[in-house]
Amino acid sequence: MTDVLVVGAGPAGLAAAAAARRRGAMVRVIDSAERTGGQYWRHLPESRPSGRESVLHHQWGAYQSLRQALESDSGCTIDTETQVWAIERRADGSLRVNLAYGDVDGTRVTETVVPDRLVLATGAHDRALPVPGWTLPGVFTAGAAQAMAKGERIAVGDRVVVAGSGPFLFPVTASLGQAGARVVGVFEASRPSRMARHWLARPWELMGASHKVSELAGYVAHHLRGRVPYRTGFGVVEIHGTDRVEAVTVARLDADWAPVPGTERRIACDAVCLGHGFTPRLELAVAAGCELTDERFVRVDGEQRTSVDGVFAAGEITAIGGVDLALAEGEIAGWVAAGGRSADASVRAARRARDRFARFAERIATAHPIGASWSTWLQDDTIVCRCEEVDAGTLARVAESTASVGLRSLKLTTRAGLGLCQGRICGRSVEQLLSGSSGCAAFADGATTDRRPIAAPLRIGDLARAPQSTETSPHHIP
Amino acid sequence: MSARAVDPRRDPIQPGPTDPVTITFEGREYVGVRGQSVAGVLLANNVLDWRTTSTRHEPRGLFCGIGVCFDCVVTVDGQRDVRACQRTARDGAQVERQHDELPRRVEEAGS
Amino acid sequence: MRVVVIGAGITGAACARVLARAGYDVTVVERGAVAGGTSAMCEGNLLVSDKTPGPELDLAVDAAVRWPLVARELQDELGPGFPSIEFEPKGGLVVSTTAEGADPLRGFAASQRDVGIDAREIGADDALELEPHLNPEITAAVYYPQDAQVQPVAAVEALLASARRAGARVMTSTEVVGALRDATGRIAGVRTSRGDLHADLVVNAAGPWAGAVAGTLGVELPVLPRRGMVLVTTRMPHRVFRKVYDADYVGATQSGDADLQTSTVVESTAAGTVLIGSSRQRVGFDDRLDVEVIREIAMKSLRLFPFLEDMQVLRTYGGFRPYMPDHLPVIGEDPRLPNLYHVTGHEGAGIGLSVSSAELLLAQVMDTESPLDPAPFAIDRPTLAPHLQEVAS
Repeated sequence: MTDVLVVGAGPAGLAAAAAARRRGAMVRVIDSAERTGGQYWRHLPESRPSGRESVLHHQWGAYQSLRQALESDSGCTIDTETQVWAIERRADGSLRVNLAYGDVDGTRVTETVVPDRLVLATGAHDRALPVPGWTLPGVFTAGAAQAMAKGERIAVGDRVVVAGSGPFLFPVTASLGQAGARVVGVFEASRPSRMARHWLARPWELMGASHKVSELAGYVAHHLRGRVPYRTGFGVVEIHGTDRVEAVTVARLDADWAPVPGTERRIACDAVCLGHGFTPRLELAVAAGCELTDERFVRVDGEQRTSVDGVFAAGEITAIGGVDLALAEGEIAGWVAAGGRSADASVRAARRARDRFARFAERIATAHPIGASWSTWLQDDTIVCRCEEVDAGTLARVAESTASVGLRSLKLTTRAGLGLCQGRICGRSVEQLLSGSSGCAAFADGATTDRRPIAAPLRIGDLARAPQSTETSPHHIP
Repeated sequence: MSARAVDPRRDPIQPGPTDPVTITFEGREYVGVRGQSVAGVLLANNVLDWRTTSTRHEPRGLFCGIGVCFDCVVTVDGQRDVRACQRTARDGAQVERQHDELPRRVEEAGS
Repeated sequence: MRVVVIGAGITGAACARVLARAGYDVTVVERGAVAGGTSAMCEGNLLVSDKTPGPELDLAVDAAVRWPLVARELQDELGPGFPSIEFEPKGGLVVSTTAEGADPLRGFAASQRDVGIDAREIGADDALELEPHLNPEITAAVYYPQDAQVQPVAAVEALLASARRAGARVMTSTEVVGALRDATGRIAGVRTSRGDLHADLVVNAAGPWAGAVAGTLGVELPVLPRRGMVLVTTRMPHRVFRKVYDADYVGATQSGDADLQTSTVVESTAAGTVLIGSSRQRVGFDDRLDVEVIREIAMKSLRLFPFLEDMQVLRTYGGFRPYMPDHLPVIGEDPRLPNLYHVTGHEGAGIGLSVSSAELLLAQVMDTESPLDPAPFAIDRPTLAPHLQEVAS
């Protein structure tokens, strides 16, 4: 019997696990969080029962049925608080997946598995562009605000400004409202003309995604009801405060997101939520050797196969497409990983859904691209790499003085991206700023900030106790 | 008051009864709800900063909330580099601010 | 006189700098980016402590004198706006952690003292004064004040920036694809992916890829890669002050065994992280992660610093060290292809030895007095002869 390891218990991962079980595989699902559901269905722990938690969620019923089916299935194991900290590519082409489990960031137990098939459903995290003052306590990613609202019932502030780009700003605003925060403004950087052009240009493509439209319409209605000011073509260009957030400056942005002088306005607030789209969590796919697309997502074929034999990918690591696309991709990935074909009748509905929602995802991406001139709102001392406190001025000066066109060298001479988060937060922004400063379209060393062979920090003692490899070193030079 | 727990009486999800959990941070006790993360308990008490950076000595706390940014790391019961947003608060946990000064140069050896 | 230097790692950068400053018209040709290979994947060691008395140690002693001067010159020339090369003469502490390891370490240090190395045998108490977090169970300790450290990538960039100020050109993303020869068969430049570069002299400083470059130019050079992995921890309070080695490091650098060897080297960086090295494996240019290697490095590091147990590994990196079969670098002209010089084969010591290797090269090129006898590093030395034949056959 095929054994399938699914990494990530969000919508894509759970759908993959369910489909792989349906096709008869033995399945193990792992997730680094304490509970399944991923970021989309992040919810309260068992110790906090409630009457109507479903009001915080969309498709809550889908989650409940996936979860119940998998939890009651002896052919499926679900391991939460379990992290893949490294993937090794062995000489025979198989992958050795190194796991650690136990208290998050505590002293952990390690385990190594060599699955027949691997489904990567590691999702994405919010991208937040650097803004002067964005390191102040009280500035959060949009996802943080939602995680705290849905997973902890905490409002991150009283008067909250939401800013960035993309439809995710709507559910975040809704979550804040349901947690009792006052959203004093939502600032969407994309301009209405662009959004209208791409959202509404081909309405027939949305036919099958109609509940998506109504979901968004619901958010819009929520805004109107709650009288939340929603401005397009505006952005937060500076955040003020000494020890915590006190106010923001918003300004009109031009089509490339450069602030328009004279349009600045100061708004008092105690929290800011930033979300400029998403960054896929690629380190495991990269470690497994999967090819990426030009847009830096995992390349998959129509059966969700990656370029690596036996490795499948589904959900936001293949494109930012939302829950429906993730569920459909997950189902196909799991089914095929377990030995099925995407042409099988059993996954026909998933295949159709995938095609439909993929178009929806494309349109969102086209309507909300990152503006090329965002860096014009940076100041010389604006921190770009939060971990190592590397500011924009340093990046520009080092790139100029060394004339380097190698990302590896620039990272090591600036320390940008070398800190605790390993470039997860700043990586893409650092790449853009450095390639802008050094004038190179692509770095001469071919390096990116997506490669992290150690996918999660591990205590040295735990590493020392890791299971010993029985494989001898591959192909020695005689 | 800024960051805070949702008032259970007004919460649309109609929460059931919860148990308290108490942690200590910088010598003070903070009470949260069992099942919350360390970050959750601190935020619920309007504590926003629990780390000091190494270079600029600036305050930091929660940023991404999902374990990606590592900005929220604290020392819990003597163990460093614990993401406050990912670690479930346990009763009696001793949470300390993490502040790592950059190393000073070792003076000319042999002198 | 025009010189093409192939390779923009530490060796190529150091050679380009001395040549440009001596008035040569220098072009550095690099297949990828500056400091994109071995120099970006190492620890920045400037060591005398790990070397057996002989030509390599002589070169290291010369480098130990040169580096403080070079560091000062670079800082003065490039100014505070340029990234610091983090030169730190912090000294090395070599300890043995086993009963049987104590005498060999003492004997090794004594042999180094005989040739003038400052190798101070100290007691456990003194070692713990230097390194308060060291495992107190050590059986012997030797302190080497001459050991130092640089940030290797910053050092390469600084050397090259200095070379550029002296007129050198640097061509990145440019691959050497062949040799240009004159009527007498001498090398007269290189063919590259971006066209021909005519030159009076060509310097092959391509590190572990120098063998492939030599082959492209028409001669065999038995340089092989040896892989080394290093672990990097998260930032922590400053608790490791010197470069601290387990004495079995000494054996590993001298070994020709292909199987995995690890030997503990622990040091802090200016950023507050701790580097834990390192392994030595002959696996060709295979750069795949092997957890067994980093597991062994982690395990052995605890013998030196038990407190590391609870610290976090943040990342790991590995590079390929260029080595010659007789474990000595090659510095000098290739008699088979006049005007071609090789400067490579420094194994794990290239960062430290670069500045002195460059001076040896310069002396040969200019026919001036060499700071050291160049004969042991000549390509036609007796210990290399059998390997050259082996490769050529």
